[in-house]
Amino acid sequence: MKDLISITDLSVDELESLIKKAMDIIDNPDEYAEKCKRKKLATLFYEPSTRTRLSFEAAMLELGGSILGFSEANSSSASKGESVSDTAKTISCYADIIAMRHPKEGAPMVAAGAASIPVINAGDGGHNHPTQTLTDLLTIYRERGRLSNLKIGFCGDLKFGRTVHSLIEAMCRYEGNSFVLISPDELKIPGYLRAGVLDKNKIPYLETDNWDNMPELDILYMTRVQRERFFNEADYLRLKDVFILTADKLMSAKDELVIMHPLPRVNEIERAVDEDERACYFEQVRNGKYMRMALILMLLGIE
Amino acid sequence: MTIDSIKNGIVLDHITSGKSMEIYRILELSKLDCSVAIIKNAVSRRGGRKDIIKIDSEIDINLDVLGYIDPGITVNIVRDGQICQKRQLELPERVSGVIKCKNPRCITSIEQELSHVFELSDRENGIYRCVYCETKAEHEI
Ligand SMILES: [Zn+2]
Repeated sequence: MKDLISITDLSVDELESLIKKAMDIIDNPDEYAEKCKRKKLATLFYEPSTRTRLSFEAAMLELGGSILGFSEANSSSASKGESVSDTAKTISCYADIIAMRHPKEGAPMVAAGAASIPVINAGDGGHNHPTQTLTDLLTIYRERGRLSNLKIGFCGDLKFGRTVHSLIEAMCRYEGNSFVLISPDELKIPGYLRAGVLDKNKIPYLETDNWDNMPELDILYMTRVQRERFFNEADYLRLKDVFILTADKLMSAKDELVIMHPLPRVNEIERAVDEDERACYFEQVRNGKYMRMALILMLLGIE
Repeated sequence: MTIDSIKNGIVLDHITSGKSMEIYRILELSKLDCSVAIIKNAVSRRGGRKDIIKIDSEIDINLDVLGYIDPGITVNIVRDGQICQKRQLELPERVSGVIKCKNPRCITSIEQELSHVFELSDRENGIYRCVYCETKAEHEI
């Protein structure tokens, strides 16, 4: 595999070896400190996403490599100037690997077709964000020691949240998982996911608008209701506060529940929850760096 | 009704009744110098009605495009008055430059030189998706 454009580019075996690699990096950081010496990562961010960019840059620096790149202040400039293909060809002359974020869906795929070096999709609009899914998988694996036989709750924007869709798809590949999908009616999972993935593979799931199933959950994945996914401000304002996680609601949850969130959050997780031992969303950020380190090594063909 | 048989050329048989004009337009048959016959509403031996197009010259046809528009077509190549090759079309795995992606968030919406490529994602239901953004193709050309 040369590039990572979509999480489905990875087989279950490849996912497993990435997770193993990340675990080894966590246990033996010194052994990896110079693995990418004299290698350069180009971060091409056609829209700002400071968190994702810093995670990629921290990953490369921790492997002893260096970084170059740009981050556009606003997405409109992506439509001016050089084509994505030409930029990818040019950058191939300077760097060893590219991480690309772009507001338009499919842009990293276009870049991968033109570049002679590996391209990692660091998010293309609301379409794919495979390194977030890798991060989520590592977090689940580290916290629960397995990726199978788990009951996973998703809460918030399940309609537009691509992170949710690709994590559901990824978890469906492991045995014995089931889902509780908590959202308002307007933000339920899209039909293709319900019919094409859950129903098709006979995966048990429940769609609900309340917290009654909290006691059964092994994982609770919270999401932000994003303003930019709405055409109308009134709908956004009405729905954004509906599903907020509070310390109160967690009273009935399992002791070993793992609370996750792709961050940044707005107000969907009450600050008091941060003190709860079950809150793993900042640990998730750290896992993101390790997973990106493992991915960079794999794509560069470095052991 | 009879129309002169062709000696060397192509017969597109079993066109879905009513689709011949669309195919005439998309294959740009109006630009040909040779004669072209369109037969509409012919009685099909398989039952029902069909359209037929006869082209009096062995032109290059993009069979993927044709298969996408109407996968039931049989393409007959005629040489010296005999059918020398018969080909049953099917939905192509991939079509390039035929369907336009209408997703405003797709990279093809801002990069004009990119060709619009769609892949068959569900043969049973004839569903095509944009290779860049995975948006479903709407069935009109
Ligand atoms: Zn598209």
